[in-house]
Amino acid sequence: MTSIKTEETRRDFLYLATGAVGAVGVASAIWPFVAQLGPDAGARAAGAPVDVDLSQIPEGQSVTLKWRGLPIFVRHRTAKEIEAARADDGKGLPDPQKDVDRVGKFANADQSKWIIVQGSCTHLGCIPVKNSGDYNGWYCPCHGSHYDTSGRIRKGPAPKNLVVPEFSFVSATSVRITGTRSAA
Amino acid sequence: MQGHSTYVPKSSAAKWLEARLPIIGLMHSSFVSYPTPKNLNYFWTFGGILMVMLVAQIVTGIVLAMHYTPHVDFAFNSVEHIMRDVNYGWLLRYLHTNGASMFFIAVYLHIFRGLYYGSYKAPREVLWILGVVILLLMMATAFMGYVLPWGQMSLWGAVVITNFFSAFPFGETLVTWLWGGYSVDNPTLNRFFSLHYLLPFMIFGVVILHVWALHVVGQNNPTGVEVKNLTKDTVPFTPYATVKDAFAMVCFFIVFAWFVFYHPNYLGHADNYIPADALKTPAHIVPEWYFLPFYGILRSVPDKLGGVLLMGGAIVILAFLPWLDTSKIRSGSYRPTFRIFFWIFVMVCVLLGWAGSQDTSRAVLTFGQTTILDIVGFGQILTLYYFAYFLIILPLLGLFERPDALPASIADSILSGSHAMPMGAAASPERKV
Repeated sequence: MTSIKTEETRRDFLYLATGAVGAVGVASAIWPFVAQLGPDAGARAAGAPVDVDLSQIPEGQSVTLKWRGLPIFVRHRTAKEIEAARADDGKGLPDPQKDVDRVGKFANADQSKWIIVQGSCTHLGCIPVKNSGDYNGWYCPCHGSHYDTSGRIRKGPAPKNLVVPEFSFVSATSVRITGTRSAA
Repeated sequence: MQGHSTYVPKSSAAKWLEARLPIIGLMHSSFVSYPTPKNLNYFWTFGGILMVMLVAQIVTGIVLAMHYTPHVDFAFNSVEHIMRDVNYGWLLRYLHTNGASMFFIAVYLHIFRGLYYGSYKAPREVLWILGVVILLLMMATAFMGYVLPWGQMSLWGAVVITNFFSAFPFGETLVTWLWGGYSVDNPTLNRFFSLHYLLPFMIFGVVILHVWALHVVGQNNPTGVEVKNLTKDTVPFTPYATVKDAFAMVCFFIVFAWFVFYHPNYLGHADNYIPADALKTPAHIVPEWYFLPFYGILRSVPDKLGGVLLMGGAIVILAFLPWLDTSKIRSGSYRPTFRIFFWIFVMVCVLLGWAGSQDTSRAVLTFGQTTILDIVGFGQILTLYYFAYFLIILPLLGLFERPDALPASIADSILSGSHAMPMGAAASPERKV
């Protein structure tokens, strides 16, 4: 009897060991098929930093540049627009954020007139239209989300503020965009 | 169903094959001697029509793929090349695009048929769930196919629909993986082309399971009463059902041809003849008509995750229908109260489609200058009824409703000429006076 028992334990061990090796093998075989779905080397390289010349953008206007396939808005705000954005800082916003936190941590008074946001609606990714909507910031025509002059969501189905990409001021008239961020 | 395997091979070649692979016998018992209820009406012809539409889409699709280029720089022009340069390319493409619409017309009629006559009830639950799986696969296929011409609606439809997944936890990562980059771009178009080619064959596989499940439990019929006597209640599939299906198919193809030859772009959207522009969203973005009711649900919910969940739930809830409907009576023909709620449900689905196609700021009901009800509010009422129908009305109705008396059998219902003579039924077939 004892000898049969030993035999079974050895066999159980072999089953488990084979199963474990097999599972690792299957997982390693699946991984390349999953990984190929992600951004390829070309898409990752296209994320190199880009400089924007601010001297070309007059007050009250904005430019849209395409970076990593997505639009980025660079808007030169008027004093009135900045004032409107700051006045609303304390109001019950769906995604509370102060205007000063959105224009760049180290921005001085002169730099804080620039608002730089990724131009994709945080609802389902359409491109909002500038200078429109109830708050004169941006309005998304797809499902009716209203953003203010700080790019914050104020009304409509979008859950988050327009995303501020990673950027820094290289000089008084030049800003370097170094990375995108996700809304979440 | 028993008693329909009557095939006896006659020629020696057939005997030889049948002894090794009984495929002729299988085809014979499935499509020739298979007993079908005598009282099937024309709403039962859409299964066959759908099968033919699937084959038609695969055939036109394979041919179109020979002329199409899945690359963001060439896709739009290659579709125009098909339209202008390829011999009969315009016809093949119009057959394929309108074919998708006709496919959905047929599948929606097929589904409403099932909803009215209680075709989802025991023992047909698995058959019904396989149907829901086919519907989901069809939707994925149609969506990815619409992306391929790489027009404005293709691109922005793809952006909006892939962004549904960003509503979930880890959604941003998931969406990046769906796209193969940081935006909807060439890798996205390429994989959608690959999957658009694959999915119809998966649909074909599930259709085989659907037909298999159907032939195990047998067809439902307008009375909802099960077949009790094969000789009295049924007729062989060939020639009765085959001829009836063929006639319906001819009528259906006349409508199909009318669209293809006279109004080939009526069901599409003009904006899709503008090449895709990643920096400009069309002012009025709407999906193809067959997605409008679900789009109407999405837009009526002011919350992102909530909207996506309800829209998905509107389809998934169908799979639970066999257990949500508590009534023992299958056919709506014997459920007077159910009929009222059913036809309201049909109207709600149509109105949801209308709401999905309108601008969100549009007023539906006004009093003087004030808007009492806008599209969003209207959509919310309709969405509420859509879900209440499945979650409240059907579960309760089975408990409180007083159904009409059922006929003793299918044969009885025909011979007595009962009130439940279904819509569109051939005048009492096989009647002996």
